[in-house]
Amino acid sequence: MRVRKNIATSDEGFLFNPTTGDSFSTNPIGTEIILLMKKDRTSKDIVDAICEKYDVDRALFERDLDDFTLQLKEFSLLE
Amino acid sequence: MQTSTLREKFNRPLVIAVTGLNAIDSPGPGVAVIRAIRECKDFDVRIIGLSYESLEPGLYMHDIVDKTYQIPYPSGGTDSLFSRLKYIHEEEQLDVIIPNFDAELYNFMKLSSKLKEMGINTFLPEIEQFNARDKMRLSEFGKKYGMFVPKDKIIHEKRELQKLEDDFDYPMVVKGKFYDAVIARSKDQAEKAYEKILAKWGLPIIVQEFIKGTEINIAALGDGTGNVISIIPMRKLYITDKGKAWAGVTLDDDNLIELARKFIEVTKWRGGCELEVMLTSDGKPYIMEVNPRFPAWIYLTAAAGQNQPASLVKMALGEKVEPFTKYEVGKIFIRYAWDLITNIREFQMISANGEL
Amino acid sequence: MEKQRYERPVILKMNTGLMNKFGTKTENEPVTHIESVPVKSLLSEYGSPLFVISEKQIRRNMQNAKRIFKTRYPKVRFAWSYKTNYMNAVCRIFHQEGSWAEVVSGFEYQKALGNGVPGEKIIFNGPDKTDEDLIAAAKNNSLIHIDHYDELYSLIRLSEELDLHPRVAIRVNMDTGIYPKWDRFGFNFENGQAWNALTRILNSKNLDLVGLHCHIGTFMLSTNAYATATRNLCELAWAAKERYNKMVEYIDLGGGFPSTNTLKGAYLPGTDTVPSIDQFADAITDVVLTYGFRQEEMPTLVLESGRALIDDAGYLLGTVLATKRLSDGRRATVLDFGLNSLFTSLWYEHKISPAKQHGSQTEEMVLFGPLCMNIDVVRESVVLPLLEKGDQLVVHKVGAYNMTQWMQFITMRPNIVLIDKDNNTHIIRKAETLEYIEQLEQIPDHLK
Ligand SMILES: Cc1ncc(COP(=O)(O)O)c(C=O)c1O
Repeated sequence: MRVRKNIATSDEGFLFNPTTGDSFSTNPIGTEIILLMKKDRTSKDIVDAICEKYDVDRALFERDLDDFTLQLKEFSLLE
Repeated sequence: MQTSTLREKFNRPLVIAVTGLNAIDSPGPGVAVIRAIRECKDFDVRIIGLSYESLEPGLYMHDIVDKTYQIPYPSGGTDSLFSRLKYIHEEEQLDVIIPNFDAELYNFMKLSSKLKEMGINTFLPEIEQFNARDKMRLSEFGKKYGMFVPKDKIIHEKRELQKLEDDFDYPMVVKGKFYDAVIARSKDQAEKAYEKILAKWGLPIIVQEFIKGTEINIAALGDGTGNVISIIPMRKLYITDKGKAWAGVTLDDDNLIELARKFIEVTKWRGGCELEVMLTSDGKPYIMEVNPRFPAWIYLTAAAGQNQPASLVKMALGEKVEPFTKYEVGKIFIRYAWDLITNIREFQMISANGEL
Repeated sequence: MEKQRYERPVILKMNTGLMNKFGTKTENEPVTHIESVPVKSLLSEYGSPLFVISEKQIRRNMQNAKRIFKTRYPKVRFAWSYKTNYMNAVCRIFHQEGSWAEVVSGFEYQKALGNGVPGEKIIFNGPDKTDEDLIAAAKNNSLIHIDHYDELYSLIRLSEELDLHPRVAIRVNMDTGIYPKWDRFGFNFENGQAWNALTRILNSKNLDLVGLHCHIGTFMLSTNAYATATRNLCELAWAAKERYNKMVEYIDLGGGFPSTNTLKGAYLPGTDTVPSIDQFADAITDVVLTYGFRQEEMPTLVLESGRALIDDAGYLLGTVLATKRLSDGRRATVLDFGLNSLFTSLWYEHKISPAKQHGSQTEEMVLFGPLCMNIDVVRESVVLPLLEKGDQLVVHKVGAYNMTQWMQFITMRPNIVLIDKDNNTHIIRKAETLEYIEQLEQIPDHLK
């Protein structure tokens, strides 16, 4: 899972897809995940990192991450 | 002399919030209202835009609007509107709010006394006046005061269209309760229009007699006690397929002025309004619709010498305003579109944060 | 190091046409308590889903409505409309507050008697009264509101055969300028049917005409319609007085005042648009007071308000079963209650609040019930915080028509709990059990 190279992210949690012209907003945890994806981290790395930092059950987060990834894909934000 | 008192009284720019900054093919009046207010020499202003959507052009016009806040859609109700306005007021210390959008007026009227307590002034019609001119009661209103209005019928079921054929000839006008009007030239078209409007605006649907004539709009301002402050009649010179004036000229016609004067006097109208009039070939002025707010072409009133938005601001702040006595006939407005350039960040900011 | 609070990651497309998040702030305010009882403990003690009724709110509503009418008109009587909510505990609260009973079937009639309402304080409405019902009501001196000619002639026949002297009124239907016209109940005013029925009664030996009744619709938004209805009933009363020298004791305007729920398809929320009871009371009493009756012949005003008196005293608490994403990308939340418990979700955009404080992030979603049917939708679109399985929700203003129209379908009906004046909780109807549901079933021998 890699976020497209040309996707612009901002600190405020905005994304802009210059290929399609769409803008998006994410919550802080979403931004964090996207930044990790941009650094080409594997899913497992991402799960490790988030579960380390946040109070969340691993299985639950894996599910949420799947759903999040699905959405990124639907929005054409993934390669 | 009344004019200097506002400047002395405030000794700072007035903070005025304005809605209706949209400019799609049926544009909102907000930008025109602001332009007129900014032209008034009697006070300085800071303009706060209130927007519903992220692409209302007004909010990217930084020399027209100083700062914009998004507000909840009217369907969110007065509670959510009030809490949002409270927040904006804390940030900006608003003096006046001028709502310009039909569907939002009800909420602002309901809140007007609560806003007043907070120090925010409005200058809106009473709910009763507002209701009297409602599309659905227009014919009742016309009957009561002896004004020409088209025959109409409020319907709730498609099969009622059939029955209407006895009383109405084609073409007939099929209208939604808030917006939209379609001219139907056959039963088939009437049914299609019914479906379309139903889907968008719900019940009831209004069917109106089609009146042929010249389209005249009149912008009028009342002080709420029956006095007329300003009346400017305008003949549409160019009409879009949505029926909107894209160009118009100020007229000199005593009949039209008399009609608007009578409307303001009998309703004791407070604030701005627009009478949409159809002047038939035998000279009868039919009131087709009364919009309870300034029209999008309101800047023409300022250009012709009767600055209605600025006068409304003064009255909202409790100043007495003398009625205007003359205006320039033959002033023309021609609307044009302009591609404003901004960048994606501004769009993202207003979309996500609701402020710009 | 302390871990940070988790929130599900979300990404939203910035869409120019959608409701912005500033539009829905109030729906995200958590409602953690009903009266002073925590939602959480209610659900853990009584299970989920759970109907909760506030006794205090019922009494407040009733006292308020009575005050509003009594300050405008000397003789006012409320009759609790059983079909709106006929849990016995609820009915008894209304009766304690001085309400009579308004029933529309033999079943409801028996319920009212069982709640200790004396026969002469029961109003018997509706098109479905059997001969046995009519006889019982006549013997008990109840107020029989005649719905159609067949019933009128049955009653005349029965009263002659059995030498009964029933106290009757007729139900009148009319055009009050509202849509839809409820012309299927009672006798029509405009075409003279109502007056014909009245003369038939006034000429009968045994029937005693005591009142006039109408119920012009439900969730009425026009106070004007009530003024029209009142005027029409007064006109009939006046005619009976002038021509038959018979002054009716009461005129009954039925129910129909709206609660502050938001109707589906309404543009503005009910809390902003619904006229207050004061406005209805003004419309009604202005007409009666000025109609021209002498002081001593002024009719009692009877009101059968249902939903306006109970809706906001009822809550439905429930729990998120699952969240999912639909094929079109919309988020869906599946709840443990649906159309089966919350019948009124067919009419209303019910206000729904989370039962605890969530983060500020919200999303638009559709709320589904647990039934395996496509129509089982609680809200087609609502903006709520990010919900997870197990999160609890509070549905507001569900006191009317749900606890009577609910369906035993796929799941069983839940507990109903009453919170009394001192915030004690009482089960007033137990959750159904398999045994209860199967109690009436019988298995033919060949299937045993
Ligand atoms: C005869 C009669 N009275 C009273 C009511 C109560 O109506 P509401 O809940 O609208 O007040 C009804 C409801 O249908 C009714 O049919």
